[in-house]
Amino acid sequence: MTATQTLISARPRSRKTRPAPLRPVQPLGRRIARVVRRLPVWLLVTVLLIVVLYPQLWMILGSFKTQTEFFQNSTWALPETWTLENYVAALTRGNVAVNYRNSILVTFPSVFFIIIFGVAAGYVLEVMIWKGQRKMLLFILAGIMVPGQMILVPLFTVYFRAGLTNTLWPLILTYTAMGLPLTTFLMAAYFRSVPREIFEAATMDGSSPLRSFFVIGLPLMKNAMITIGLVQFFSVFNDLLIALTFTTRPDLATIQVGLLSLSDEYGSTQYGPLFAAISINIVVLLIVFVFLNKKIMAGLAAGSLKG
Amino acid sequence: MNRVFGDRKTILILLLPPLAIYVLLKVVPVLWSLGLAFFQGNTLRGFEFVGFDNFTTFVTDGAALQSMWVTISFAVIMTVCQVTFGYLLALLYVFVLRKGSAFVRTAVFFPMVLPTVAVALLFRSFVAVGDNQGPVNDIINFFGGDSVEFMASTSGTMATAIVMTLWSSMGFYAVLLYTGLLDIPDEIIESARIDGASGLRLVRNIIVPLSAPILLSSIIFSLNSTLKVFDSLLALNKGGPGTSTSPLTLYMYRTAFEYAEYGYGSTIALVLTLLCLVFTLTVFRSSNKRVED
Repeated sequence: MTATQTLISARPRSRKTRPAPLRPVQPLGRRIARVVRRLPVWLLVTVLLIVVLYPQLWMILGSFKTQTEFFQNSTWALPETWTLENYVAALTRGNVAVNYRNSILVTFPSVFFIIIFGVAAGYVLEVMIWKGQRKMLLFILAGIMVPGQMILVPLFTVYFRAGLTNTLWPLILTYTAMGLPLTTFLMAAYFRSVPREIFEAATMDGSSPLRSFFVIGLPLMKNAMITIGLVQFFSVFNDLLIALTFTTRPDLATIQVGLLSLSDEYGSTQYGPLFAAISINIVVLLIVFVFLNKKIMAGLAAGSLKG
Repeated sequence: MNRVFGDRKTILILLLPPLAIYVLLKVVPVLWSLGLAFFQGNTLRGFEFVGFDNFTTFVTDGAALQSMWVTISFAVIMTVCQVTFGYLLALLYVFVLRKGSAFVRTAVFFPMVLPTVAVALLFRSFVAVGDNQGPVNDIINFFGGDSVEFMASTSGTMATAIVMTLWSSMGFYAVLLYTGLLDIPDEIIESARIDGASGLRLVRNIIVPLSAPILLSSIIFSLNSTLKVFDSLLALNKGGPGTSTSPLTLYMYRTAFEYAEYGYGSTIALVLTLLCLVFTLTVFRSSNKRVED
């Protein structure tokens, strides 16, 4: 629990460093010895970084290669020219552009609903005082464990009967329902770390609890909402199972479903466009990650340590 | 004061919408699915109550048992790998790189946010053979080996899936365990050092026991996510060759939506849920016992 709380509060923390003892300037020989001793570490880190980064670099480089380059040049070679042809091909010939549009149309509303409903539920379960609130929290918590497969068949039946399968609504609704339990739990935990006195003082000043939620609760939870929002963004954007089940028409497919069918159609013949479509994912997410990595890492870690 | 925070109207307004979505779209479907596990058929054909027939079918269904085996072996191997590699990386961050670990930590974490489908397609090309041979087989050739067609064999596909999942998730487990290691007070490590413990002994006797709670959380989280493996094995090789690397999730998906066996599909989903529950409880119980000893 302590670990969860440190993660949840998402404060940057670093190990306390001992004050460096005053050291006379070392003779050259000892300095070299130090470097040599560190050598295995640097070697290890270099290998680690190559293993992690090279496959991504290789994919992005590949996205600029022409079909003949794929066949004739070494797989290690750099592309001969830096053309965007493959990207154009992927976006126009494949459905990739439509897939991205669908993904955005699904992801943003889903994350919005998850966060808004999650923060409201978290407020009621933590700040409000009523009979059965512990039981309610456990009831909602139980939903975290259940695999998505358990709800596919009934939901498919319902969406089909309701005539929703020709829209993106089944995805938005399902993602919202699936993201809610964890979000509610984390929001309740964030509210727990806020001193109660803040809300009590607002009440003294004549604010109703509902008003306090909007005027004090929401602004206080801004950080938490961004952090959890990022986590939910990735889990919705990267999902395949729900998207595959509830999208019956190709023009409703999200990017993950689109990538899968693109690889089926062109995968063994047209490498360039497939590499380009995958690379767009890598580059876009990399940009997001460069700016928000602290929040993303803290959020994902908090999401896994529920309790 | 408590009376104000017990205001019914506020509770209803704020809790009702999320609760309604949760109950209607999660709780009701789960119960419905539980019920369906005892029926056969689908919406068009109609349903027929068959009692425990689906369950007896399951235990004699070769494909189901095979996919259950795929799921369990993948989850167990994956959990061991993820937690081991994550822990080693975390130790590297905390005790070797110390304050300089931020960049490495972030870089190794990044693949975690990539879509599994993209990662699977990347690795599929990375280990490819033929006209467009990937780097892995180039390296094998360089050392004098013959090209291996990983996707043509069950073990090759599984090995690729395991390496690929480890590649994308080890940075995540490293960060998770890293935060746990940071919580160990410096004084304890310092006094152990003074008492003469160092290197492996320090790790085994002091650091591992002290980070046991976070290790346990990681193991449970890892088991729960790898038992539900779906995207990676589907996108990597369609659960193939044949259906030899198709996990329970994929078998359930195909049974329900390709063969329209809603009842049997729900049974498989229930088995999967029970599997998650059993594994979590087993890990939990065994760890509690060890603490008591």
